[in-house]
Amino acid sequence: MKSAVQIKLSLNGKDVSCEAHPFARLLDVIREELGHTGTKEGCGEGECGACAVLLDGKVVNSCLVPVTQAIGKTVTTVEGLSAKDGTLSTLQSAFVENNGAQCGICTPGMLIAAYDLLSKNKNPSLDDMREALAGNLCRCTGYMKIFDAIKDAAKKLEAAR
Amino acid sequence: MEKWIGKNVIRREGPDKAMGKARYVDDLRFPDMLYGATVRSPVARGRIKGIRFTGNIPWNEFTIVTAKDIPGKNVVALIVDDQPFLADAFVNHPEEAVVLLAHQDKYLLEEARRMVELDIEPLPAVLTIDEAIAKKAIVWGKDNIHKELRIIKGDVDAAFKTAAKVVEGEYFTGAQEQLYIETNGMISVASPQDGVTVWGSLQCPYYVQKALRSLFALGNDKIRVVQTETGGGFGGKEDYPSMIAGHAALLAWKSKKPVKIIYDREEDMAATTKRHPSRTRIKTALDTSGRITAIDIDFVVDGGAYVTLSPVVLSRGSIHAAGPYEFANVRVRGRSVATNTPPHGAFRGFGAPQSLFAIEKHMEHVANELGCDAVEFRNKHFLTQGKVTATGQTLGEKVMMHELMHKALEKIDYAKRREKFKAENKRPGNTVKRGLGIAAFMHGSGFTGAGEKYLASVAGVEGTDEGRVRVLAASTEIGQGTNTVFSQIVAEALGLPIEMIEVARPDTHVVPDSGPTVASRTCMVVGKLVESAAIGLKQTLVQGRYLNANYTPLEFAEAVKSYVKKVGQLKAFSEYRQPSHIVWDENLYKGDAYTTYAWAVYVAQVAVDTVTFETTVEDFVGFQEIGKVVNPILAEGQIEGGIAQGIGYALYEKVVWRDGRMANNQMTNYIMPTSMDLPPIRVFFEEVPYFNGPAGAKGIGELPIDGPAPAILNAIEDAFDGKVTVNEIPLTPEVLMASFARST
Repeated sequence: MKSAVQIKLSLNGKDVSCEAHPFARLLDVIREELGHTGTKEGCGEGECGACAVLLDGKVVNSCLVPVTQAIGKTVTTVEGLSAKDGTLSTLQSAFVENNGAQCGICTPGMLIAAYDLLSKNKNPSLDDMREALAGNLCRCTGYMKIFDAIKDAAKKLEAAR
Repeated sequence: MEKWIGKNVIRREGPDKAMGKARYVDDLRFPDMLYGATVRSPVARGRIKGIRFTGNIPWNEFTIVTAKDIPGKNVVALIVDDQPFLADAFVNHPEEAVVLLAHQDKYLLEEARRMVELDIEPLPAVLTIDEAIAKKAIVWGKDNIHKELRIIKGDVDAAFKTAAKVVEGEYFTGAQEQLYIETNGMISVASPQDGVTVWGSLQCPYYVQKALRSLFALGNDKIRVVQTETGGGFGGKEDYPSMIAGHAALLAWKSKKPVKIIYDREEDMAATTKRHPSRTRIKTALDTSGRITAIDIDFVVDGGAYVTLSPVVLSRGSIHAAGPYEFANVRVRGRSVATNTPPHGAFRGFGAPQSLFAIEKHMEHVANELGCDAVEFRNKHFLTQGKVTATGQTLGEKVMMHELMHKALEKIDYAKRREKFKAENKRPGNTVKRGLGIAAFMHGSGFTGAGEKYLASVAGVEGTDEGRVRVLAASTEIGQGTNTVFSQIVAEALGLPIEMIEVARPDTHVVPDSGPTVASRTCMVVGKLVESAAIGLKQTLVQGRYLNANYTPLEFAEAVKSYVKKVGQLKAFSEYRQPSHIVWDENLYKGDAYTTYAWAVYVAQVAVDTVTFETTVEDFVGFQEIGKVVNPILAEGQIEGGIAQGIGYALYEKVVWRDGRMANNQMTNYIMPTSMDLPPIRVFFEEVPYFNGPAGAKGIGELPIDGPAPAILNAIEDAFDGKVTVNEIPLTPEVLMASFARST
């Protein structure tokens, strides 16, 4: 590899480091150098949201982020959304129970967007959900069951508080 | 005993998908693996004069494959042997593969791909249906016709001679990209000693095996195809994966290293298959009572440069062309024509969305011409039990079109809303007009005609040494729920908890050939085989006195364990046998075209902005009869997703062609529905159990794409009070504006 750069960041709560091509995308480094393949590539141009991750708490399309911009920051992927014991979180479990994931390829990004929405809005309306997911394309569900999943998760999270 | 059919059993692989643990092909890495890339034709048609490897690229580090390196036959074996894996002397469409490259460095590989120069002398190309029929150039066979067929019922010419009125129409549908969110990809390991293995995103493992067998001139035992988790297919991963598997395997064969080919989105959209564009001309004869006495349909689909699946797409489209209606006299002329575009392929619906769009638009137009209510007009012509279809099939089972119509209209409050919109639309200064539109349709379940008989699919179950039951079938899980419904069918048949059922990953070394995962056949046809095999396995245990006829799950598990321990293995298989009452004549296109049909009525509510000519779908009701619903939440999800794709097909998804190549091959400029674009999609089922389906189920996967486009266009015409006629999709604002200008 030509003139690799040193990358250090926090991935799902753990400090990690690796070498990467200077022009590498955050997406490729997460998947290939750091071995977290949960995050997917759908389009490579920031349209579909399959590669969405949280970068310092903000939703970004990791296919559009040069890895050098993530140095020293915290990154959360779908693997980081699971419960502490490694089982399904309330949100993930709501996706499974409501058939919010069909082929599953958009699901990692969809979950990141849904997680971000619920962290800002405990009781989102249909319009709030439609807006929050506008950057995440799903070809299987027509989004209806994803809305059901988010509503269900919101209800369960509210009850648990 | 717990019942599993009709229950919302959660998706079996759902937890892995929600935790990012499901492994798709691009998630797999092999030691010492190379990446593969494809050099493609920039022109629609031409003669290859030379290939040059230019630029400052260390070419000696690359594995380079051309047609000359192919060990067996250079043909993607499917129906007709006309499509090569790699173009040799001629190219017949843009993006046709000519050279393959492999290297361990992805970045260098991409640079190198751009530095291969193809010296191609262009030849005259045919780019549209009209050019193909006019024989602007002969680009395939003698006359550019892949296949032509005729369906004839009664005497159409005689009926036209005595017609009180004749109504004609012409209808167009565009190409549509499947747009599964996971692009195509394959990994291969291959050598003359060990044979060829591929892992990849695909729908039909045995199609890939067949294609690789002739490519490498190897036996089935030397070709292994394994499906990895697949991120959507919709038909787009029916035939093209054979091509990519061949490419990856050729590179692996030559380099002696594992090779991974993953298409990026632009390559996937430009090079792989899409829905066939179509043109349908319909002429109807009416008697004085306003009944259609004869219908004459000329249905043409654009097959692209090679035959691939087009004859079968044409067949399904032609059979569905007369819709869910009984007409005394029917003539359908169906043609698939060759053009120099990438071959069009399977996409959910498989020809039926095109021809059903035409008939459902036409029924609306005839009703308008007669000044008759479109609901009444349809009700008057619906097929019912005992009536005879265009192919001469007498419908033996209950057909509920009238009930579906009634219920769908009730759900959307049709009469009241329509009256309200009519009043609002007339209000001065109101620039947004609303309307309601209907589509009535059916979809044949399983392969057409004798297709299932020839496939003779096999599926099985196996008892494991842990006392569980594992399903052995080549039917792939592509998001539609194969794993879950097969588990439910077996759990129900054996009276076991769902946790005791496993589903084997489709791998040609492990599962039998259950046929392709297409044609809404997985649950109904293969599911039935799985059900029979499960019963067979139980009988083996009972007859061998390992198990009493009445048993607990624990007793069953113990019986399986002891059988496996003593005998070695416990497997049961079931092979498809066509019901004896099914008769089909492939030459005359006469008889029982499908063993059964799913039926539906959809209603759309639209708002049309008469300043911008944008259309918004505000509400959507889908009422369907699909036999017994095996898993309501999965079935709803599949129907909702199909309707969403249908809304895209109707309004947004335009493939822009430039010299035979898709010009807008990006998600940025090919627009599919987002969460902001869709109305509430309301799905309802009517259940008429089908005697020959597992627990009464029929096929559902394709049905929902057939209805939205005609329902939405009919709603748009309703918004303009029938004064604007729209006959083509995608109906972009530009097309609607032009239609409006023509009509006013």
